[in-house]
Amino acid sequence: MSTYRRLRAGATALTLATLLLGSAACGGTTRENSGTDSGAGAQASGAANPDAKLKEGLKIAFLPKQVNNPYFTTSDNGGKDAVTEIKGEFKEVGPSEASASSQVSYINTLSQQGMDVIVTSANDPNAICGALNQAKAAGAKIVTFDSDTKPECRQIFVNQVTAEGIAESQVKLISQQIGGEGEIAILSATANATNQNAWIALMKEELKKPEYSKIKLVTVAYGNDDDQKSFQETQGLLQSYPNLKGIISPTTVGVAAAARYLSGSQYKGKVKLTGLGTPNQMREYVKDGTVDAFALWNPADLGYLAAYAGAALASGQITGAEGDKFTAGKLGEFAVGKDGVVVLGPPTVFDKNNIDQFQF
Amino acid sequence: MSLTDTGASVQAADNPPPGPGRARRGLTERLLAVRELSLLIALAALILVTTLRNDRFLSGQSIKDLLLGCAILVILAVGQTLVIVTRNVDLSVGSILGLVAFATGELFLAAPGTPWPLALLLGVALGAVCGVVNGGLIAVAKVPALVITLGTLYAFRGVDYYWAAGRQINAADMPRSFLRLGNQTVLGVPVLFLVALIVVAAVGFYLRSYRSGRELYAIGSEPAAARLSGIPVGRRVFAVFVANGALAGLAGVLYAARFGTLDAAAGTGLELQVVAAAVVGGVAIFGGSGSAYGAALGAVLLTTIGSSLAVLRIDPFWQQAVVGALILAAIGLDRLLALRMAARLRGRSAHGA
Repeated sequence: MSTYRRLRAGATALTLATLLLGSAACGGTTRENSGTDSGAGAQASGAANPDAKLKEGLKIAFLPKQVNNPYFTTSDNGGKDAVTEIKGEFKEVGPSEASASSQVSYINTLSQQGMDVIVTSANDPNAICGALNQAKAAGAKIVTFDSDTKPECRQIFVNQVTAEGIAESQVKLISQQIGGEGEIAILSATANATNQNAWIALMKEELKKPEYSKIKLVTVAYGNDDDQKSFQETQGLLQSYPNLKGIISPTTVGVAAAARYLSGSQYKGKVKLTGLGTPNQMREYVKDGTVDAFALWNPADLGYLAAYAGAALASGQITGAEGDKFTAGKLGEFAVGKDGVVVLGPPTVFDKNNIDQFQF
Repeated sequence: MSLTDTGASVQAADNPPPGPGRARRGLTERLLAVRELSLLIALAALILVTTLRNDRFLSGQSIKDLLLGCAILVILAVGQTLVIVTRNVDLSVGSILGLVAFATGELFLAAPGTPWPLALLLGVALGAVCGVVNGGLIAVAKVPALVITLGTLYAFRGVDYYWAAGRQINAADMPRSFLRLGNQTVLGVPVLFLVALIVVAAVGFYLRSYRSGRELYAIGSEPAAARLSGIPVGRRVFAVFVANGALAGLAGVLYAARFGTLDAAAGTGLELQVVAAAVVGGVAIFGGSGSAYGAALGAVLLTTIGSSLAVLRIDPFWQQAVVGALILAAIGLDRLLALRMAARLRGRSAHGA
């Protein structure tokens, strides 16, 4: 599953970014002047050398939005695995609260310590830009994951998933579960949520494909990411559409609430439910048979890929330009898309066979 | 104690004939006692209309869902009635519920073997402690409860956020026996609803038949007069906030059992729904009037509106507006009846002179 990947360009195209990234890639040469020494002596020229070997002894630091957050603990551990594989030095630092400016001092410290790579998830797209640019000037390579900064502040953004990836995976899951035909509904968050609406629009496109011709999307309901409202909307769906076969809820609150409702109702197991949820919140409902399978990206893979992307940058394999290619250990080969975005791939599917391997 | 009224008295007040008016008032006054009747009629009409559109609305599963759905709001609305009747308001109930719900989850994480009745008691106790904070601050600071509880709304939620630190407690972390509490039925009636019924009956009986219960109405009608007539206003108001906190705590435990997924945001914004339920249920926002039964029916009505709007597939953008219009209508009706009543009372005393 995880080696299968599909690369897509980011939805927003900032044409300026490529230009800026080009100049940013020269940052490696200023490293010698800054007087810091990593021992690995990372040197990146303006052009990528795809045949360059990954250097050993790279100092790679992870700076999540917040430490002690299970999601980031999982992704940082994924990063640690990758750093161990390439025989680098791993370090994790971060603030205890996810506020906009809290990461700045950590970046400054990391840059003074002469890190080769800083992998960070930005609490704010702008607030840490200044500090990141200084770190770049000091020779560090900057990789963002999960939450991006402005494109000119980093070399690579490792995006967990694209909107298209979510839409494809959700429709495929529900189709498998209801046997390829019947009525389905979507239980979304709020009616005004931008990302939800983008996903829903793409799911509608996806449903037009011939293999889904027997599936009919009857309505979209909005649970407002509120437990009570999601309960009521799920009830409403089941009452209004007696032939409903399945529900897609691409929001973690909605899918857990709908699962909780179904698990205590006569519809348990008869009406299928899938969506985006975390293994911890859905474990109970997968085990009691309410939910067959659902999806989310795997945060460990996300951190793993981000660490490899950083190592590839620091070793000169890639510069962050569109079309650069690198290999990320067990995940296989990845290519850099527009604006320096690398996409992890379609979400990981969780079911009763694999759910106990995930703790987040 | 201003009495609220039904349509019959409006007619009587419109046309106040001295003789027959007295007889009609007898009937009116009997109807007055059941302001709840109009709520029941509204509820029946709503269910009828929805069922005509979709007959599955009255299926066994659906009725069970309705009863389950309203239980938590009913408990909170009844607690809020105690407070509003004394011309106060408690805006912190949503935060208390969230805090207690998370605490319950934490308890099961720390001690998975805890029997649920103990968890229930601890939750009620924690809620009562929050109520003590509210009541104590109001007594000491002598600032309107609206302001104090607006502050504790954020304070309790802040404690919750700090404690949770971004964590989420999931159904798999809580014992099955506790989660079953949220779904279980006795003779087809959900346990949660039975708990709510007991609360309604107890508070309703207390407000109606206990001396201290009646004193709450006196405090809400005119605090100064109540104080002069020897009612311990400060103590009663303090007790009311503690009781409301305890009920919010109870609701918090039930919330944990019902939804199974808990984070620090549980119950955010619920306080406004609670106040709305009480007001729709005929509890006058300026105190001195209203019953626990009315507030409970208000909560049932609001929950049923939510469910039926979902069944009727009303545009989600409209749903909140419909609820708002209903609240405005309820308050408008209340005001109209109060004015008519005042006019009629003036007419009667003029006639007597």
